Amino acid sequence: MLVEVDNLRVSFATPGGMEHAVRGVSLTLGQEKLGIVGESGSGKSLTARAILRLLPSAAQVAADRLTFDGIDILTAREPVMRRVRGKRAGLILQDPKYSLNPVMTIGHQIAEAWRVHKGGSRRLAAQAAADLLQQVRIRDPQRVAALYPHELSGGMGQRAMIAMMLAPDPELLIADEPTSALDATVQAEILRLIDDLVSRRGMGLILISHDLPLVSHFCDRVMVMYAGRVLERLPASQLARARHPYTRGLLDCLPSLVHPRRQLATLARDPAWLTA
Amino acid sequence: MSDTTLRAWLLTETPQSRRQAAWGRTYRGWLLFRRNHLAMVGLVTVIVLVVGSLAAPLITPYDPTAQELSNRLAAPSWAHWFGTDELGRDLYTRVVYGGRVTLGMVIAVVVLVAPVGLLVGSIAGYLGGFVDRALMRVTDVFLAFPRLILALAFVAALRPGITSAVFAIALTSWPAYARLARADTMTIRNTDFIAAIRLTGAWPGRIILRHIIPLCLSSVIVRVTLDMSGIILTAAGLGFLGMGAQPPMPEWGTMIAATRGYILQQWWVPTIPGVAILVASLAFNLLGDGMRDVLDPKQR
Amino acid sequence: MTPPMIEVEQLRVRFGETEAVGGVSFTVPRGDSFGIVGESGSGKSTVLRALSGLNPNWTGRMSMDGMALGPTRDKRFFRRVQMVFQDPYGSLHPRQTVDRALSEPLLVHGIGDVESHILQALAEVALPDSVRFRYPHQLSGGQRQRVAIARALMAEPEVLLLDEPTSALDVSVQAEVLNLLADLQRRRSLTYVLVSHNLAVVAHLCPIVGVMQGGEMVEQITSDDLRAGRTRHPHTAELRALSVELEDPEEVVGRVS
Repeated sequence: MLVEVDNLRVSFATPGGMEHAVRGVSLTLGQEKLGIVGESGSGKSLTARAILRLLPSAAQVAADRLTFDGIDILTAREPVMRRVRGKRAGLILQDPKYSLNPVMTIGHQIAEAWRVHKGGSRRLAAQAAADLLQQVRIRDPQRVAALYPHELSGGMGQRAMIAMMLAPDPELLIADEPTSALDATVQAEILRLIDDLVSRRGMGLILISHDLPLVSHFCDRVMVMYAGRVLERLPASQLARARHPYTRGLLDCLPSLVHPRRQLATLARDPAWLTA
Repeated sequence: MSDTTLRAWLLTETPQSRRQAAWGRTYRGWLLFRRNHLAMVGLVTVIVLVVGSLAAPLITPYDPTAQELSNRLAAPSWAHWFGTDELGRDLYTRVVYGGRVTLGMVIAVVVLVAPVGLLVGSIAGYLGGFVDRALMRVTDVFLAFPRLILALAFVAALRPGITSAVFAIALTSWPAYARLARADTMTIRNTDFIAAIRLTGAWPGRIILRHIIPLCLSSVIVRVTLDMSGIILTAAGLGFLGMGAQPPMPEWGTMIAATRGYILQQWWVPTIPGVAILVASLAFNLLGDGMRDVLDPKQR
Repeated sequence: MTPPMIEVEQLRVRFGETEAVGGVSFTVPRGDSFGIVGESGSGKSTVLRALSGLNPNWTGRMSMDGMALGPTRDKRFFRRVQMVFQDPYGSLHPRQTVDRALSEPLLVHGIGDVESHILQALAEVALPDSVRFRYPHQLSGGQRQRVAIARALMAEPEVLLLDEPTSALDVSVQAEVLNLLADLQRRRSLTYVLVSHNLAVVAHLCPIVGVMQGGEMVEQITSDDLRAGRTRHPHTAELRALSVELEDPEEVVGRVS
């Protein structure tokens, strides 16, 4: 197994006492696509970030088991973690504008990422960067490599970000709302691109999103989180047969183009879900 | 009303009226401020300095201008707590009286400068276009002048004294505040919440005064507290050049300037007013820091 | 015959060199809803901002209730037309309580009896009285959007311009806000212009939808036709397919994902 998480807990100390943001989440991931779905505050992003130990310093993390390819994340030393983060696992965030260096060209940034892990000359790295941009289906890689992040559209920026993450040949890709800031047409393309790359390179993927239909459309397995817990796990194809009232509620409250409703169903939150 | 019910009335999550909500906010602000020990130190020091200056005749044993030439530059003793200066005047008395002049000048400058700077800056930033260009060129003109020279020219044109010094310093310090307020306003004016307020049909003056200026306040307060010591020193410089406080009026800056020659032999003579300046500016800084936290409701 | 509530004819908006909106026309009858969908940069929000009076640099003709609108608007206009913004985090003044935000329109328009108006407005958007003296950062996203809607309704407008009112919200909160908007429209016979990138949201609230692409309104279609797939412009068909594909994968046959 690439990632094994058992009973993960993340909490923050606040003036009003401890706030438990993730309360006992377990998951395993191999070379597959796992979707984590939940609303804001469900702890979905924290769970994924805990795997790369990228939580804010105020967070207190505990788990019975938290490993990445056998490395114990909880006790690993920082240099080991840096290798994991930089080389073996990539993180794609919602807005590429914040993750790319605004004063460096795209090509330069990708080449740097490549050189850190592979070494080699600048010319070789520049060539590799152009290759990677081609892989993320940017039509004119040489031209785009010379651009600065602000000169790219949202979709292009996200592609560049993905290219950068692919540079060191990672084994795991964590995508945190990678397409929420993008238009529907671009969103579909980016997801298809990630899908294609993941299956071609045999990577593991964790896709985090608030969009249940999108995730189930795209992943192998789906995990539904609420208030720091996993309420339901199901194969993506079985979404229509989801049992938990929360999952059902999330599906029912969506306005539908095909099946119009006069009044949308609203979600009645059961306090029992907090402890279930 | 007993203390506990008053506290409960103030801290309730569900105030029944605007009056109660406003008092509750003030009380919460005070509680937050009180938690910040450094800010409390600042507040207490400022109060002590201001009250001390106002009550100067009551707490000082001498006349600030009474000279005793046979006892020049005396070391601190029971008779003269801080010693005496180059004309044999009691330093403690002069420092306390000097607080009146120096703090009075600083407060007068701030009261003149902060509103003018805020207003000019936020009007320029909000209205933009021609108004912005015109107002900013005016500020540029004032910024381009060397501060002391402009103040000198101004004082020379009027008549030397603290009132002219206050106006002179104010004239040269407002542009910085205008710049600051303009920069803040430019980021605020394009937000959705200002758009929403524009859509109520409110006229620009109302938007600037009630919605934009409160948001510019915190950076202006920080700037003011940082400027306090600068203002004291400019006042001292003017005094030293004979354009500010006129002898024998005690003023901290002038006191240092007049006795700077004695720093090696009778070090306490120029040092004691220096310490007074240091304490005053530090106290204002701490107070300003605490105020800024309280003004931002997100801190609560 | 009563004139339509909103009439827009050949609206053009330029930002410097680029034309953001190039000749858009549509009408909205009184008490009806008109939806505008499009991707980012299609000019849909720009249309709304020109209509609201926030952006005075436009050409063309716009009228409300038979009266022609100029580039700048007076108080009477703002009493009749209000707007709700996309981001409820950014559309409320961070240092003003809900009470202050709601009383501002009353003060500007000189409407008396502030106390009862505020309590009534909170009740109307289903917020408890206890939020009245809270600051925006103490509220959830859904509560903030309700406050923003309540503020827009304070001066009892007839037209509400909605700029992506639910896209920053969780889906369960989105449903509540959409239901609220539908309720309010019924109760107050409001006229809506709703801008969104989400076809399902627009079709849910609006019987007629205008599709924008590159600053042009390429198609106006009833939401029934949109649902049934009777589209005329390829961009509409594309947007519809993407939306349906996620909702109901079996519906779109022959599309590879």
